[in-house]
Amino acid sequence: MNVRVQEADFDIAAEIAAMRRGNPRIGAIASFIGVVRDINDGDAVSTMTLEHYPGMTEKSIGVIIEQARGRWEVLDALVIHRVGTLKPTDQIVLVVVASGHRGDAFAACEFIMDYLKTQAPFWKKEVTPQGARWVDARTSDDAALERWRQGSG
Amino acid sequence: MSGATVTLLYFARLRESLGLAREELALPAGVDTLQALRVHLAARGGAWAEAMAPARKLRAAVNQTLALDDTALKAGDEVAFFPPVTGG
Repeated sequence: MNVRVQEADFDIAAEIAAMRRGNPRIGAIASFIGVVRDINDGDAVSTMTLEHYPGMTEKSIGVIIEQARGRWEVLDALVIHRVGTLKPTDQIVLVVVASGHRGDAFAACEFIMDYLKTQAPFWKKEVTPQGARWVDARTSDDAALERWRQGSG
Repeated sequence: MSGATVTLLYFARLRESLGLAREELALPAGVDTLQALRVHLAARGGAWAEAMAPARKLRAAVNQTLALDDTALKAGDEVAFFPPVTGG
């Protein structure tokens, strides 16, 4: 289990290869990459700056991974989240989950991403032709989280 | 617990509107929960009253864990206030 918050870009192929070689019981690896879009709420986005709460960020993502391990077979998990200034087409976040079988890997990967969106202390500020503005939280992200709560019984 | 000192952190839009990222605060008598602290900070007036208003959506963490309004505060706690998160 591995959590990294960094300004540098990441290489999904290298990360997955390392995870795969690390445990011969792995039978399935699911991954997600979040990317900076060039448009948000109808406005062109030229750059985006990500701020976070050092310490709490790593701790909260660690808790999210532990929650996923409590619900599915998770043999390994990796979350990399970038901070600093990014531009459209840049990678923002990587989630990789390894399991024995695909069902657990898919579910745990989506669960970690949905929780990260609503629980991990990151904030985006984007620059548009109208100037710089903080991005508002989306109710669709809360709805995505609610699905897992209903499913948990 | 009067006189207990806590560290307060502010992030993102909140930090900008308050013009402050961090402060040490000696908790006045009776200010012993997150909710009481928020009311105390709002009473500073101006940008504080606006940023800490009850209608304003804010999240808070105590010692780097998300916390609810009735969470008790003690000396040495790290208390953070911030807008709803937007990472990922």
